[in-house]
Amino acid sequence: MPILVETSLNNPQPVLSLNGLHAGYGETEILHDINLYINQDEIVAIIGPNGAGKSTAMKAVLGILTIREGTVLLNGGNITNTPANKVVEMGISYVPQTHNVFVNLSVQENLEMGAWTRRDGIPERIQTMYELFPDLKSKRKQAAGSLSGGQRQMVAMAKALMVDAKVLLLDEPTAGLSPKYRGEIFETIQKINSNGVPVLIVEQNAKQALGVADRGYVLVDGANRFTGTGQELLDDREVARMFLGGKHVEN
Amino acid sequence: MDQMLGYFLYFLSLLTVGGIYAMLALGLNVQWGFAGLFNVGIAGFAAVGAYTYAILTTAGSTFHLGGFGLPLAFGGIVAMLLAGLISGLIGVICIRLRADYLAIATIGIAEIIKLILKNETDITNGPRGINKIPRAWEHLSEERFYTSAPMSWFNDAQGWEALFDSLPNWWWQPMFTLTVLLFVFIIYRMLERARLSPWGRMMTAIRENEDAAQAAGKDVTRRRIEAFVIGAVIMGLAGAFFAQHLRLIDPTNTFDPAKMTFLVWVMLIAGGSGNNRGAILGAFLIWTIWSSSELMIDGTIKLLVASFDTLDAGILKSRAGYLRMLLIGLILQFILQRYPSGILPESRPAATDKRT
Amino acid sequence: MWDSFAFEFVNFYLVPGIVLGCIYALGAIGITLTFGILRFANFAHGEIMMTGSYLTWTFSALVGSVFGWALHPLIAAIPAIVVAIFISLLVDRYFYKPFRNSPTIMIVIASFGMMLVIRSAVQTLWGPNQITFVKGIAKPNAWVQEVSNNAELLLLIPNKHFWIMAGTLIITLGLAYLLGQTRIGKAMRAVSDSPELAQATGIDVEAVIRATWVVGGFCAVMAGVFMAMDTQFIETTMGFRMLLPMFAAAILGGIGKPFGAVVGGLVIGLAEELSAYPWIGDAPLISPGYKTGVAFTIMVIMLIVRPSGLFKGRTF
Repeated sequence: MPILVETSLNNPQPVLSLNGLHAGYGETEILHDINLYINQDEIVAIIGPNGAGKSTAMKAVLGILTIREGTVLLNGGNITNTPANKVVEMGISYVPQTHNVFVNLSVQENLEMGAWTRRDGIPERIQTMYELFPDLKSKRKQAAGSLSGGQRQMVAMAKALMVDAKVLLLDEPTAGLSPKYRGEIFETIQKINSNGVPVLIVEQNAKQALGVADRGYVLVDGANRFTGTGQELLDDREVARMFLGGKHVEN
Repeated sequence: MDQMLGYFLYFLSLLTVGGIYAMLALGLNVQWGFAGLFNVGIAGFAAVGAYTYAILTTAGSTFHLGGFGLPLAFGGIVAMLLAGLISGLIGVICIRLRADYLAIATIGIAEIIKLILKNETDITNGPRGINKIPRAWEHLSEERFYTSAPMSWFNDAQGWEALFDSLPNWWWQPMFTLTVLLFVFIIYRMLERARLSPWGRMMTAIRENEDAAQAAGKDVTRRRIEAFVIGAVIMGLAGAFFAQHLRLIDPTNTFDPAKMTFLVWVMLIAGGSGNNRGAILGAFLIWTIWSSSELMIDGTIKLLVASFDTLDAGILKSRAGYLRMLLIGLILQFILQRYPSGILPESRPAATDKRT
Repeated sequence: MWDSFAFEFVNFYLVPGIVLGCIYALGAIGITLTFGILRFANFAHGEIMMTGSYLTWTFSALVGSVFGWALHPLIAAIPAIVVAIFISLLVDRYFYKPFRNSPTIMIVIASFGMMLVIRSAVQTLWGPNQITFVKGIAKPNAWVQEVSNNAELLLLIPNKHFWIMAGTLIITLGLAYLLGQTRIGKAMRAVSDSPELAQATGIDVEAVIRATWVVGGFCAVMAGVFMAMDTQFIETTMGFRMLLPMFAAAILGGIGKPFGAVVGGLVIGLAEELSAYPWIGDAPLISPGYKTGVAFTIMVIMLIVRPSGLFKGRTF
């Protein structure tokens, strides 16, 4: 089934969708009824306060924690509670917030590991990544652990893009980075997206994230609170009061 | 009648050794069940207790240090103190590290203790071991005890001799068994009290969520060292009783890690780690299985050798011993996978504050 | 320079120390790999080593009695390695894998149990007594003896010691290639780095775990066979006796660092042998009865001073 390039809210088949998700660790439920989707060619941002379940929602997609109720669909196919390595094989690439590179492996080895599920075209893809992230080329023999935070984030993203990703999930890609790197990361996200990869971002940096996002979701206490286009959410007074004011007006 | 007596005495020795193992299992329960500390050096702590007791209480000997012929209770107390001291040293070094390191360190310390016992022949008589260790109650019929205070206050030597001659030669055995069981009971009551006290609840909190406990201002390391030392003290006492039961101890056979350390672990896990009653039940149960399976295997071998005269009973017997160990090992794996909480699962003391 | 003291020191302390160190090094590789990748201290590792040497002896005895050939232990070791790896994989599948998502201490208990299970199985099958592995007295290599004697540096090194040192070197180089150049080797390092990230990267962690058992099992059997070649006998407690020095070597080198383990093994081996050298006076510095204590002491000092080991391994 061909996927239409459109950003309408009523797209009949999104690339990835989370429908009525309930999930958590052990006895505590963190997600209570999460609904969201991402279409081909979209950048979608998930924002919300700490502990709202933003990262947890991503981990639920990856099968890292157990979904009790609801479904995760990839191009319409049910992938609820599929183990992480299978999910990755199916084309969902994921960059965790922290510990997202193999610190004892070189940059190039990190990329090779990213290509684990790939059979061929690995050297070509590595070249493509060095074009996308020129900084990394000169550091390809260095241990990823010796790089700066921003460069690590780039290694992590490049590693995730080594497979033909159907969708890229980024968990707080700019956390702890300097404003210079933050801007660079958001530019790269737009670049990746313009190559035809939908990107789902969880961000603390709500303003910047909504600036680049086509659509956004605001999660509070493990459930959807607001939904809209990036601009709509930026303009919404309540959203602004809750998440865009105060400490978030850093830039 | 003789046969009945035989069964009775076998039953008593089953209870005695089972009781000593119950002490070891209770000691391990404080360390593992309460505090989550992985100790695989049980044999080492028991050996320290046993040797300390033996050297202090045996009559003077030309083969090893002492014996000092000191009162039995004194030997037992020093045995506990020394085992506690050594465990305290290990605890200070290793307890802040993850459980695996403690495991390696404890197996190491048990080996070092064995090396010392083997090599310091002047003190321990080396591999030949120490014998004639006085056993509680039975020791009363030894000349050196009834001729000295306090026994000599009540009767003269002839009087005592006449009394002991009039008793059956196993008169001490029920008394000794009861003494062991009494100590098991006392330890059990003390540990139950500790478990339900604020100290015990804190141990549970630390084991469940170390970070939270630390954040709540609990001195996690200190509490753990306390648990480790208390466990080792109990093991030292068990070692002292083991020395009494055997009357002859040596560094390698008596304190074989397979029969000491490993069997105690099987007992605790089968009975239910974290549960004091579980530890006692597991000890008696596994010891009964272990001990009775020996009789069964012996019987089977006799039958086999009688029917096939090409078989060598000696070889079969030694091989069967190892087969028994193998089966106990598999039982452990089975329990670990299927019934990880044991026969009597841990019951949490109430009123632990819930954290989310 | 090459007086009788130097002669004695090199031939009777230094070379045996290196040889023992090689054996510890190979054993410690498996310990450090499983510790790094599966995250648990594998108490059954020494028993795989011991089983490997028993299997090697059995194959060479079988071939000897059926064909009348005297196989070199290193050739008889090949089928033994295959069987020992198979045992390792079975043990993992049925006794460790069920605990993959449990607290790691459960696997430590399971491995502690397997230590006894494997040893008891060997004792049941082969009996508890020592078995002669290689007969006769190992003569020093004649060529080395002659050449070194002409240079007035007399070296008395038997062939078995050359085999052990060369074998360890080759295995270490092979391991360097595996971990540095091959896909599965890099994945082993990646899992050792972070199993969660490896999973989220799509790496087949179970395949990596199997590879770990294969590499660890291979090194363990080689260590066992080298040990047997050196001492010329095998016994069922040899694995347990090696366990402490191997753990010490792994911790000294840094957990998860295979080359650290090799260095650690050499240090421990040398320290054990050199501790018996009469450094002060005529008596051995430390009575040979306490050799095992040397490894333990180094380990405890390391745990106090620098738990991450010489090469900044993982600490838990």
